[in-house]
Amino acid sequence: MKNWRTSCIPNNKYLRIYAALAALVLAVSLLNLCLGAEKMPLGEVLRALTGGGSGTTAFRIVRYVRLPRLCACLLAGGALAASGAIIQGVLSNALAAPSTIGVNAGAGLAVALCCAIAPTAVKVVPLAAMAGAFLGVMTVLMIARRTGASKITLVLAGVAVSSIFSAGIDAVVTFVPEALNGYSDFRIGGFSGVSMARILPALWPAILSFVASLSLHNEMDVLLLGKEQAQSLGLPAERLRVTLLGLAAVLAGAAVSVCGLVGFVGLIVPHIMRTLVGEESGPLLVSSALGGAALLGGCDLLGRMLFAPYEIPVGIVMSLAGGPFFIWLLQRRGRLHD
Amino acid sequence: MIELKELTVGYGEKPVLREVSMVFPPGQVTVLLGPNGCGKSTLMKTALGLLPRQGGEILYDGVGLEHLTTRQVARKAAYLAQSREIPSITARRMVLHGRFPYLGYPRRYRAEDYETAQKALEWAGAGDLADCPMQELSGGQRQKVYLAMALAQDTETVFMDEPTTYLDVRHQLEVMTVSRRLADMGRAVVLVLHDLSMALREADRLAMLADGALRQIGTPEEIFAGGELDRAFGVTVRRVWTESGWLYYCQEKQEPKETE
Repeated sequence: MKNWRTSCIPNNKYLRIYAALAALVLAVSLLNLCLGAEKMPLGEVLRALTGGGSGTTAFRIVRYVRLPRLCACLLAGGALAASGAIIQGVLSNALAAPSTIGVNAGAGLAVALCCAIAPTAVKVVPLAAMAGAFLGVMTVLMIARRTGASKITLVLAGVAVSSIFSAGIDAVVTFVPEALNGYSDFRIGGFSGVSMARILPALWPAILSFVASLSLHNEMDVLLLGKEQAQSLGLPAERLRVTLLGLAAVLAGAAVSVCGLVGFVGLIVPHIMRTLVGEESGPLLVSSALGGAALLGGCDLLGRMLFAPYEIPVGIVMSLAGGPFFIWLLQRRGRLHD
Repeated sequence: MIELKELTVGYGEKPVLREVSMVFPPGQVTVLLGPNGCGKSTLMKTALGLLPRQGGEILYDGVGLEHLTTRQVARKAAYLAQSREIPSITARRMVLHGRFPYLGYPRRYRAEDYETAQKALEWAGAGDLADCPMQELSGGQRQKVYLAMALAQDTETVFMDEPTTYLDVRHQLEVMTVSRRLADMGRAVVLVLHDLSMALREADRLAMLADGALRQIGTPEEIFAGGELDRAFGVTVRRVWTESGWLYYCQEKQEPKETE
């Protein structure tokens, strides 16, 4: 029993990391609400949030512009990073992420098609995105399985599938130029013009899917031991792989439906978190979701502030800031988990 | 007890082994022997239900494998694969996964699972490694942790595919000692080994697989006397009596000289 207790010590370490990340998310959120073309003191923001001073300009800016945008940021960042953590674990492939294996592109194509066919059906967009993401991930999984499923094959198949879907998006936009009008900056990823009406249909599926994948964290750990070992431990490996990739697709689809094709978050955040919490799936999922939310929130803030009053779409900031940081991390560590 | 009845195994359409019938009796160390590519690993994986069989029957305590769920199988037979992914988790976490077949959804390890895992680690001589990340352990230490996981899985049969490969000689002997202790606890231990002399010395029963069939099954004494060994491996197996019993060794085959 003495030894059993010592196993609880890392749990405290995880809690400390979660607390730090949550504080970071909170700080980024408040900054996002306070800063912008119109700087607002914290007190006024808090008053607007709690419903005070309705009708004032401050109230309207906070409630109808900054809060929806912040929610979209946190949702997209958290969902993409969690999706990346799941995909990397399930495919045991460090290069896999929603943006690299055709999940985002699949979701994007579905969104484009949906907007072209039924421009007014805003609520259907997230569902279409999730279906598209699922189609993308299953296509890659099938190709990889038929060709022997080596790690590099999987990524190559993903690149191919991604570019096919991207061509599809371009084709849709060519034929129906107004399809993505409501989604300015869709291709590079951005949040301008986001509204609560667009966020809510994506929020609930994302939360449910996150909770479901979190409840499967022990299964994910066992899956990491390799398919045969996992199966010999009583895990229906193939079924679980499809389930988990489905959950990852829901998360990625939810993100794409609110912010377009933001790359990179889903790839780098799980890697950064792995250096903090290790490879156990539970802590990795929670910390990735928090870290992704903080990162995308921070990037959007930068994008709005750097050249104010002009805005840079978050996708550009993400790649400009995230890319060098990731390369620095690669060099420092020599190699990441492979 | 696991029983194979006229089992035909292979990948895809092509059978590798035809109509193998044998049992894995509890309390005994059974070693599968045979040249590279003879189908030892394939037989093992098929017996575990990891590969589809091409014919015949696999019975777990008299019940056909096709009637059992993955989880039920995992409570009866443990498996140590030959090549494995090494995740960066602690040894304790690794051994805990041995308790996985006993949990229902949502799977959360219970206090008694932690206790079983710790006991298993100590039993395998790896109690002090509990908090070490798997990736920092040596091959021999990792193998001990895997053995502890198999023990924690608490199955009647334990299959190990080449558990001594890539280990230095001391750890090879330790793995064999642990296998023997598992058998003494009433487990059926099934091993694939490449080292003929070690197999002949340590096994209770040997199954000779060659040319797509089970050639012979029996005690080391019977296998040695049978001559199948020499034919299958293309060597001459000899033995000398030592203080600790028979010691087997291999020589290059002496081709009968042609008379001029």
